[in-house]
Amino acid sequence: MISDILFWLFSALMLGFGVAVVCLRNPVSSALSLVMSFISLAGLFFLLNAYFIGVIQILVYAGAVMVLFLFIIMLLDLREESLRKINAAPLVGGAVVLAVFSGCIIGVIGRFEQGNHPFPEIMAPEEDVVGFGLRLFESYNLPLQVIGTLLLVATIGVIVLSKRELR
Amino acid sequence: MSLTLNHYLLVSGLLFALGFAGVIFRRNLIIIFMCLEMMLAAASLSLVAFARFGVGEGVPDYNAQVLVFFIITVAAAEVAVGLAIIVALFRAKQTVHVEDISKMQF
Repeated sequence: MISDILFWLFSALMLGFGVAVVCLRNPVSSALSLVMSFISLAGLFFLLNAYFIGVIQILVYAGAVMVLFLFIIMLLDLREESLRKINAAPLVGGAVVLAVFSGCIIGVIGRFEQGNHPFPEIMAPEEDVVGFGLRLFESYNLPLQVIGTLLLVATIGVIVLSKRELR
Repeated sequence: MSLTLNHYLLVSGLLFALGFAGVIFRRNLIIIFMCLEMMLAAASLSLVAFARFGVGEGVPDYNAQVLVFFIITVAAAEVAVGLAIIVALFRAKQTVHVEDISKMQF
């Protein structure tokens, strides 16, 4: 099956570039690895028939948000950060957290019998945006407007924070 | 062996663990912030997988996808405000290294 191969390919790419985000010492390399990780994640969304969410993931996350990250990294000129030495305590802490958390997840998923069935068929995969849009504007109209207000507040907050002198 | 819900949940859990480890391991504020974004994206993946698994009458459960849409929007606003705070901090302290930022006052 082609979708199985694509699933393993996108998962490997996503986790591999995720490791690169954590391990690379240059912040620009980390940000570009995170872009690749998010694009692979959008591929997984496409495999799950969530086409609209996948497109939004690429446009908003891999596009807008990561460009903002790169812009700030270049604005602050963080090259000298790569010269710092690694402390042992955070390294051990991170490894322990990774091991324990992965062990917990594997244990929980191993006992989750309901998730062991293949995905059910869906009728009209090409009507994803129609169903999503109807649900968004009919059932979640008020939250949508609250989110719009949140974006406005965030914009004003960023302008206030970016002023030269904070009082 | 065909793909099941557990495959997607496992991948999303591993991505979350990776982001969590990055938050603890890295000392650079901007990279810590990127790892937080990775954890949010992992949560989105498990939500979309559950939406695809919970098919009723032939359509995915769009409630979860709407929730993912809101998560992405809130994350975008969060990144804008967080990066503005980091820039303000950098102006005051000339560093984004967490070990150099140990005081609450300016």
